[in-house]
Amino acid sequence: MRTIKKIQEELIQDFEMFENWMQKYEYLIDLGKELTPINQQHKTEENLIKGCQSKVWLNAEYTNGKIIFSADSEAIMTKGIVALLINVLSNQTPKDIANAKLDFIDKLGLKEQLSVTRANGLASMIKKMKLYAIAFNN
Amino acid sequence: MLDIKKIRKQFPILSQMINDRKLVYFDNGATTQKTQSVINTESNYYQMENSNVHRGVHFLSRLATDKFEETRNAVQNFIGAQEALEVIFTRGATESINIIANGYRSLLKKGDEIILSELEHHSNIVPWQMCCKYSGANLKIIPLLEDGSLDIAGFESLISEKTKLVSISHISNTLGTINPVKDIIKKAHEVGAKVMVDGAQAASHISLNVQELGVDFYCFSAHKMFGPTGVGILYGKKNLLNKLPVYQGGGEMIKDVSFKKTTYADLPHKFEAGTPNIAGIIAFKKAVDFITDVGISNIAKYEQTLLEYATEELLKINGLKIYGTAKNKSAIISFNIDGLHPYDIGMILDKFGVAIRTGHHCTQPIMEKFNIPGTARVSLALYNTKEEIDICIEAIKKAKIMLS
Repeated sequence: MRTIKKIQEELIQDFEMFENWMQKYEYLIDLGKELTPINQQHKTEENLIKGCQSKVWLNAEYTNGKIIFSADSEAIMTKGIVALLINVLSNQTPKDIANAKLDFIDKLGLKEQLSVTRANGLASMIKKMKLYAIAFNN
Repeated sequence: MLDIKKIRKQFPILSQMINDRKLVYFDNGATTQKTQSVINTESNYYQMENSNVHRGVHFLSRLATDKFEETRNAVQNFIGAQEALEVIFTRGATESINIIANGYRSLLKKGDEIILSELEHHSNIVPWQMCCKYSGANLKIIPLLEDGSLDIAGFESLISEKTKLVSISHISNTLGTINPVKDIIKKAHEVGAKVMVDGAQAASHISLNVQELGVDFYCFSAHKMFGPTGVGILYGKKNLLNKLPVYQGGGEMIKDVSFKKTTYADLPHKFEAGTPNIAGIIAFKKAVDFITDVGISNIAKYEQTLLEYATEELLKINGLKIYGTAKNKSAIISFNIDGLHPYDIGMILDKFGVAIRTGHHCTQPIMEKFNIPGTARVSLALYNTKEEIDICIEAIKKAKIMLS
């Protein structure tokens, strides 16, 4: 099993190959498109992370000692960002998720391209994922 | 014929590069850019003139006071108010509406009615909901038609002896619809109701004369008309403002203060508690001068040509739908493209140096009406050009390819 740290390092390496913003955005759009669709029954008000710009649903399930995240968003680029987070944090133990140091967004050179509202949305996504981890850890 | 090149030179920010591209600023509905004269005046005030207004006996205070009051006179002329004291300085259009809505809490009683419309900005909805909560009055809403214009027949069926106030925007910030405020005012006055008009999207785009309109209260924000942020205007008919309860208490708004009884100052100071945004208000005069020099009817005419061109070009894009197609419309275009989220479009346009706004534009009832999560909105101003519209269209086409 790849650790959260290892997955982040690989993502950073992937992004280093991109020459410009357009390639990065296209990659995010592809990630968004490829994201396994969330089960419709999980698209609940409770799972909704309300942002100013586009809705994001995040669901967490605990099986065999690991948390499986699934998510969806109305906006494809947001979905791409969520997909990045899921790649990094899903299928990991609650303890590892809760303790994870997530510095990949900065290192992917995405943070400066994201508006404050988007960055805030990102922060609330990460917060919600960590809260699930803490809850399942207890 | 306007010399747009010359006009653009007065806005230093417009020659800036964003993301290595020439800035195309199409977010004027949110705020407009500032003229060099506004920037210089604000800066010069702090460097050379800073002093508090109205109470000082010394040279600088008199200077600041004179300039401060010059802006009031300039605004009076700009909107055609009968007297300068009918012009109140506020923090913005939002505060202006709150002053009226707050005052009406005690002027209304249970069963009275306030009429708004479905296309209002949240700042022309929430203060009235608060007013109703305290006064027991009820809100009635003029419905929107499919083209984004108001259902005037619907309005006529809502208005009655119970109607005490109608508050309506002059121009919709989301749909661009120019509302028939003159007719609305006339009909409201027939039943004795007062009318407040939110002119935030109108003041730098179409000509305005409050006496000709017969409007009772009118408000707008300086920052949407090339002036500084944090400055707004509330116009009200003198007799109505005199009857309106005060908003905030503090310095400047009083005549005499004692622990037994405090009396309030006369207009306009009655509504101007505390030290105002002196620098901004003084600088705002330069924005008013700028608009006056160019001529508001020239601005309106030019912006109509931009609106027509942009609408035509946008509609050439497959799957693009424009929300708000009223005949009488200002240069604000809300659109969506089939299968794409407005936010994705906005994010990619930004990388091409094109600044637009996406989301619900603080008008969630409109989004609900059209059953959409939001729109991408292009809002144009005097300094925009057809060439910029072409750049925007090309960027939208590229975004569409990237996203589909």
